[in-house]
Amino acid sequence: MKKQQRLIMRTVILLLLLAAVGYTIYANFFTEKARVTVGSTAPDFVLTDLNGKEHRLSDYRGKGVFLNFWGTWCKPCEKEMPYINAQYGTYKNEGVEVLAVNVGETKLSVQKFADRFGLTFPIMIDREDQVMNAYDVNQLPATFLIDKNGKVKKIITGTMTEEMVKQYMESIKP
Amino acid sequence: MEHVKCECGHVNPHGTAFCESCGKPLEEHSETKKQLLDMRYEGSARRSQTYNKTIIDKIWAFFSSVKVGVTLIVITLIASAIGTIFPQEMYLPPNVSPAEYYADQYGWLGKLYYQLGFNNLYGSWWYMLLIASIGVSLVICSLDRVIPLYRALKQQGVTRHPNFLRRQRLFSVSQVADMDGVLKRVKENLAERRYHIREENGNILAEKGRFSRWGPYVNHIGLIIFLIGAMLRFVPGMYVDEVMWIREGETKEIPGTHGKYFLKSEKFIFETYQKGKDNEVFNAAIDRVGNGMVAKNYQTNVVLYKRIGPVIAGEEPKLKKIKEYKIRVNEPLKYDHYALYQVDFKQNEPYKMAFQLMDKTSGKTFGTVDINLHNPEASYNLGHGYRVELLSYFPDFYFDEDGNPATKSKIPNNPAFVFKMFAPDKPKGEVSFVAIQQTIEPFGNNKYKMAFAGLETRNVSGLTVRRDFTLWILGLGGAVFMIGLIQGMYWNHRRIWVQRINGEVWLAAHTNKNWFGLKNEIRRILDGTGLAMPVDQADREKNAGQGGQAHGAAQ
Repeated sequence: MKKQQRLIMRTVILLLLLAAVGYTIYANFFTEKARVTVGSTAPDFVLTDLNGKEHRLSDYRGKGVFLNFWGTWCKPCEKEMPYINAQYGTYKNEGVEVLAVNVGETKLSVQKFADRFGLTFPIMIDREDQVMNAYDVNQLPATFLIDKNGKVKKIITGTMTEEMVKQYMESIKP
Repeated sequence: MEHVKCECGHVNPHGTAFCESCGKPLEEHSETKKQLLDMRYEGSARRSQTYNKTIIDKIWAFFSSVKVGVTLIVITLIASAIGTIFPQEMYLPPNVSPAEYYADQYGWLGKLYYQLGFNNLYGSWWYMLLIASIGVSLVICSLDRVIPLYRALKQQGVTRHPNFLRRQRLFSVSQVADMDGVLKRVKENLAERRYHIREENGNILAEKGRFSRWGPYVNHIGLIIFLIGAMLRFVPGMYVDEVMWIREGETKEIPGTHGKYFLKSEKFIFETYQKGKDNEVFNAAIDRVGNGMVAKNYQTNVVLYKRIGPVIAGEEPKLKKIKEYKIRVNEPLKYDHYALYQVDFKQNEPYKMAFQLMDKTSGKTFGTVDINLHNPEASYNLGHGYRVELLSYFPDFYFDEDGNPATKSKIPNNPAFVFKMFAPDKPKGEVSFVAIQQTIEPFGNNKYKMAFAGLETRNVSGLTVRRDFTLWILGLGGAVFMIGLIQGMYWNHRRIWVQRINGEVWLAAHTNKNWFGLKNEIRRILDGTGLAMPVDQADREKNAGQGGQAHGAAQ
């Protein structure tokens, strides 16, 4: 009898300890410390693009959104921009929108960059870092794949090949 | 098998070294080896060592071992020390690849350091697992010892077996005429020295400071509370630690506040100690280091705003002023459990640059172009047919691998421009590349140039945003830790047994520490009673057994 009690006590204590340790490890490594996690609703934002048109993320419900954070000084961004541009040509007719958020550079530099690569998707400047903060972006490039319900499907940091861009756009097709 | 019954009638758990009640040694074979009893944990059976059947028991037994606990601590200690050899990843300069940085700076050692994951040691899963294991070991070790110890001290009888007394470190036998009188005197003396006295058949057990035995366990509880506090930092909302760089005149969202609070920097102030201006007592120190070399104050004058209405990132916020404050080192701006600390600064960051359109030969100027380095215009009209277009702008200019001008970041540390200058006599324009102290005319000699006409700079404040709801738990853990430490350190658990055996008075004593103090106390208690001062048998054993017999006394 007593022995059984002891076993139960030990099991309970070990489980409690395991739960505490497990939670800590889990919270630290398996949930992104970022505020935006895969499966969560992408934080809404409003930004104005280079042509003066206002874009509100929540207006794109029903469409897949390829949200890309970039900077002109970021060489990997420079590399993937033409890929995104090329695939955008195909996928914009299939309900995928590209929103390219520049991390607060001057309009001049951004416009020159867009002209140089002939970028056709909306490009907006996050002048006050508000959107960057909301998405907790601290490394460029960063891409958030948002599905038609406004949920984050995937977060990609680092440069993408054209094949990857294509696959990602395919994956958020509504 | 389960229980061992002593001749005094007390039933002991299996594995007990000597009877909980009368103290008769139960493991007889040990008698031949050692003269003195091992009094650790009152000879109680550590449960983990007796039942080892299921996997739960095995895990329990593993963590119950002090050897395992100490090993874990030593491994953690070594790992922590290695983590300080090279800088951790978070302290590397921004925009460098850690993989390359370690290899470049520290050679193959750095490369190995990176490959083994020491670059981010204190946040790595295995380091956290080590700390967690120490926590588990702490809980199980303590539970496994404190319960039997408590039981043994509660169960202890007054009358002890002669073998128990004989094998205590302090022991004496006296023959006295008036036994009752002597014992009465001894009892009075013990009471005077604040001993708790229990009596049974004329035998005495005097005890004090048992409370000290719980010290280590209280201490461990403190550590556990501390670890729980550290763990809670990972719970969302409990802990915020962000960096914020803000320029003079800028209004920015405070990171970590989810867009709720904004801050405006009015001014950054850096002051030094000046000879003549400051108190004379500082003169010697100022002379030694140099005038204006000793920092006196780092300060950011700020205005705190709260956003009104729903938070939508990117939207022009409606702000309500909350308060103005002067943030100084150690004088943070505190609001809504957030604290903003002054931690860093950057002086004289380029803000605006002015150029004059100038005829290179005559030196005649045709107007000034003022360029906001954070928001330059594409075109500047100077009138009378003179115009300057900004073709390209590089805030943090360098030449990339292909030899093209490029920028390292968006911060105007080293601005460079490509201008196209239009004049009535140059309707197609002339192109000029202008960087600091450098002008390149890519399409041959120009008639006009952009002459540098001034630079406006501003200061940048580096602030830390902190919100910490775990601090009081850490404080509580620390306080309990300290209480346990004091409890175990400054009190001693002392026991004195006085028994009548075969017409003699046997006296034995035990303490968990400070034997010297116990001996002094016994000397005072026995003074004038005629009882013999106990002999320290540990000394005798040491002298006698200098061959192979030497063994460490308990602890």
